[in-house]
Amino acid sequence: MKIEIKDLNIFYQDKQAVFGLNLGIPANQILSVIGPANSGITSLLRSLNRLIDLTPDVRTEGRILIDGKSVYDSDVNVTELRRRVGMVFDVPTPLPISIFDNVAYGPRLRGKKGAGALSETVEEALRMAALWDDVKNRLKAPAMSLSGGQQQRLCIARVLALKPEVILLDRPCSGLDPISTAKIEDSLTQLKERFTIIIAPHNVQQAGRISNRVAFMLMGRLIEEGTNTEIFSNPKDQRTSDYVTGRFG
Amino acid sequence: MKKFKEKLSGRVFFALALSSISALALITVFIIVQGVPIIAEVGFVNFIFGMSWAPSHGEYGIFPMIIGSVTVTLGAAILGVPVGLCCAIFLSEFAPARLRNLFRPAIQLLAGIPSVVYGFWGLLFIVPFIRNVLGGPGLSILAGAVILAIMILPTVISISEVSILALPRQYKEGALALGLTHWQTIRSVILPSAKSGIVAAVILGVGRAIGETMAVIMVLGNAVAVPTSILDPVRTLTTNIGIEMGYASGPHRQALFATGIVLFVIIMALNSTAQYITRKK
Ligand SMILES: Nc1ncnc2c1ncn2[C@@H]1O[C@H](COP(=O)(O)OP(=O)(O)OP(=O)(O)O)[C@@H](O)[C@H]1O
Ligand SMILES: [Mg+2]
Repeated sequence: MKIEIKDLNIFYQDKQAVFGLNLGIPANQILSVIGPANSGITSLLRSLNRLIDLTPDVRTEGRILIDGKSVYDSDVNVTELRRRVGMVFDVPTPLPISIFDNVAYGPRLRGKKGAGALSETVEEALRMAALWDDVKNRLKAPAMSLSGGQQQRLCIARVLALKPEVILLDRPCSGLDPISTAKIEDSLTQLKERFTIIIAPHNVQQAGRISNRVAFMLMGRLIEEGTNTEIFSNPKDQRTSDYVTGRFG
Repeated sequence: MKKFKEKLSGRVFFALALSSISALALITVFIIVQGVPIIAEVGFVNFIFGMSWAPSHGEYGIFPMIIGSVTVTLGAAILGVPVGLCCAIFLSEFAPARLRNLFRPAIQLLAGIPSVVYGFWGLLFIVPFIRNVLGGPGLSILAGAVILAIMILPTVISISEVSILALPRQYKEGALALGLTHWQTIRSVILPSAKSGIVAAVILGVGRAIGETMAVIMVLGNAVAVPTSILDPVRTLTTNIGIEMGYASGPHRQALFATGIVLFVIIMALNSTAQYITRKK
């Protein structure tokens, strides 16, 4: 297991958002976490790279182990953790600088200097995010001049440029057209060979298309987790079956 | 009946709005009518670049005052902007909510203190301090700059803070999720993204400093001469008007109005630059 989550509870002030969650996530697969609104999916994802620490008055209990090491250990360097566990958000968040600089940004700040090595890293990342062909002739153009779908792939490239181990994606395709969505799904399926990917898909169909494993959450509880086939064709829990067949949520 | 009431209140509001706008317009026209003839008489270049201000001899050169205004304001910006910006960053990025709620009203309060109180305080503490520690008369550019730096803090802090807080949350989270430290995020994402708001804050602060009269009248020494050091006394455009308007008459009075026109133009230019910058993004 790449990631192991044990008895995870997440509280916002007094309100509990995630209840006693246990989940093992294998490497080099795509795990989709599905569930209706307010199931605690975002909270779960944000706890994996400790981005949730930014929320005031939040409290987490339990253990999250990545490669057997707890992310809350006192000797864990949070910025290093976030480099290893990259995250893509529901709204594309390119910085108001050029396309190239957006991708080169992280590597540069981490001390990667040589222009040659840098542009190699940038090209590789853009290729993996299936954006290279769109932008190779205008790397110096502002990132804001890209379409929404391209911006989102840029954000994926930006994460990839840091050579992470795990990639979290929180509804990365909401607000994108079907073609951009298909492109992102394509590149994710290729990326899983090298990364561990955890995605909150923007609907059940997307989970069906791209994932190897699926976890179903409801009101902060993990109801069921299994392979794609198990969850979609043969769910054990009635609520899972209701949800994936579209009877609620 | 109801309809009549609505119509009437509409008219009343319109009349009030109109009267305040026309008061402004009247003042502007009045200043121009009073000031322009003397500029024409002395000559624009002689007026702006003339070194000698001696109304009794008919000499109206405001260059020393322009230098006075510029140096004092620049000094205020150099002292006040970094402090204000740091405060804004602290408040928006580091301060816990409780502290922020304590700080904000305190800063607003700073804006509410009458400028004459600042001036008096400066005269009692800053001026003697400068005289004893750094030498010179104490009444100086430095004293004025310190007072003005404090006075522009509320403007600089509150506008920069608002523009930092107005950034989309994702900017910051996106950067932190890339593994940047908080400081790297502030330096390379937050400040550049909030740049236009911060620049506007600085310009508005500077506009406030240039227009300030009462506080600096008491600490600048008001000598009409081009200064050679920051410990020299100077006179600014505003203090020139403030000091002499009481007894001036004839062309002298007109020259003071003309000084007002110059100020007016400077401040208008600053404010429209600030507006342009904030709108542009
Ligand atoms: N910053 C916060 N402060 C207080 N409560 C929060 C905060 N963030 C989330 N919550 C609450 O925690 C619960 C889970 O929210 P979360 O965003 O994790 O769910 P989600 O499954 O991602 O929902 P969505 O489908 O809307 O994205 C919700 O009830 C939400 O109101
Ligand atoms: Mg969510």
